Amino acid sequence: MNSNSLVSIDDISRDEIVDLLKQARYFEMHPDQKILDGKVVATLFFEPSTRTRLSFETAVNRLGGRVIGFSDASTTSSSKGETLKDTIKMVSNYVDLIIMRHHLEGAARYATEVTDTPVINAGDGAHQHPSQTMLDLYSIYKTQGTLQNLSITMVGDLKYGRTVHSLLMAMRYFNPTFHFIACEELQMPKEYKDFCDKYNIRYYEHRDFTPEVINQSDILYMTRVQRERFTDIMEYERVKNLYTLRSDMLEGARKNMRVLHPLPRVNEIAYDVDDSPHAYYFEQARNGLYARQAIICKALGIDIPKMEITL
Amino acid sequence: MKADKKELAVAALRCGTVIDHVPNDVLFKAVKILGIENIKSHVTIGNNLSSKRLGSKGIIKVADVEFAEDVINRIALIAPHAKINIIRDFDVVEKRYVTLPDEIVGIVRCDNPKCITNNEPMRTRFSVIDRDNLTIRCHYCGRTVKSEDAIID
Repeated sequence: MNSNSLVSIDDISRDEIVDLLKQARYFEMHPDQKILDGKVVATLFFEPSTRTRLSFETAVNRLGGRVIGFSDASTTSSSKGETLKDTIKMVSNYVDLIIMRHHLEGAARYATEVTDTPVINAGDGAHQHPSQTMLDLYSIYKTQGTLQNLSITMVGDLKYGRTVHSLLMAMRYFNPTFHFIACEELQMPKEYKDFCDKYNIRYYEHRDFTPEVINQSDILYMTRVQRERFTDIMEYERVKNLYTLRSDMLEGARKNMRVLHPLPRVNEIAYDVDDSPHAYYFEQARNGLYARQAIICKALGIDIPKMEITL
Repeated sequence: MKADKKELAVAALRCGTVIDHVPNDVLFKAVKILGIENIKSHVTIGNNLSSKRLGSKGIIKVADVEFAEDVINRIALIAPHAKINIIRDFDVVEKRYVTLPDEIVGIVRCDNPKCITNNEPMRTRFSVIDRDNLTIRCHYCGRTVKSEDAIID
């Protein structure tokens, strides 16, 4: 087990989160450096995720490291029945860092227990995806100039969406106010509302996605409502368009309000929103590069200058 | 003394361990968890015996074996009120209750089919997050379950 591993956003403290943000800021100003010269990083994508893999691999390449790995488990020994443990132990012999994505929940935690090589979780099923949370935090910080006292509205699939759960948990240090907008079937689970109560976080639940809620938000965090999440297809058909953001809904929005989305989006953000000054989801993806550069250096124990940021 | 023993539904033990007040429905799970199937000395298992406290109960008597505390505590999840008597020469020399450890390794299967523990040859790990409601959480996938719903392997 390597203590620099990052499996869950819950594993790191407020100070560590802030340090990562400061380092992400540094990388945004100096994205190309040779600090990973001579390092080899494995990207083990047992489940395909082009977006996340390209972001991580770009982060390594821009820092002068080299990448080995696979983007689909069907081309590896896992398809022959090799255990995760054996794959991780084998790869550990070759590399300085493992970045892995897996369809099974808890896979990354288990990987950290079978190797001394640091492991970064790039998503394990519906469970955790800490680098997404870091890029969300960095995007919020960049657009608002702070993380403190913000009003964050989460829309769509709040039941299964791991990004909203992790973001909610990470925001506990910064006195947020949450608005949860979802249909009956996809409401924020009780355990996360209990979490809010435990940390004295204010939250309000809504069924309707209205301009009134948008107008009091600093961040509008959109997620995709997926058909396969519904037991009742009629219910899906009924709600699928209720949580779509259109540009006319943004007319009374605060000037500083930004729309985030973990992407890929389907129809939950109408294309006319893309031209709005409130749209931030593409820039958000770019921030992932800097956040991941910071996470990679932390996992490798490499000291990086921290830019001053005020929270 | 002799009269008392006539009333015992299960023979008295000279030396060994008596595990009493095991709920009927988990008795055989407890037998399995403690690995009693592999014990070579006399083992007496009684179930549906009358009990003042539980109404009806199960009991396990194992001759010549004194279980270590951490072994016996493995049944705490399913039989939190079980009472352990250590017998030497027909006398109870020690009475104790089981206590739930902070972490339960093995024993419980995670009910999340997408949990890594259900897909790799590995041991499960659960931590006790709520002692009052006997709730445990999978160390790997985070799924929480109440002990009464826990699947015992």
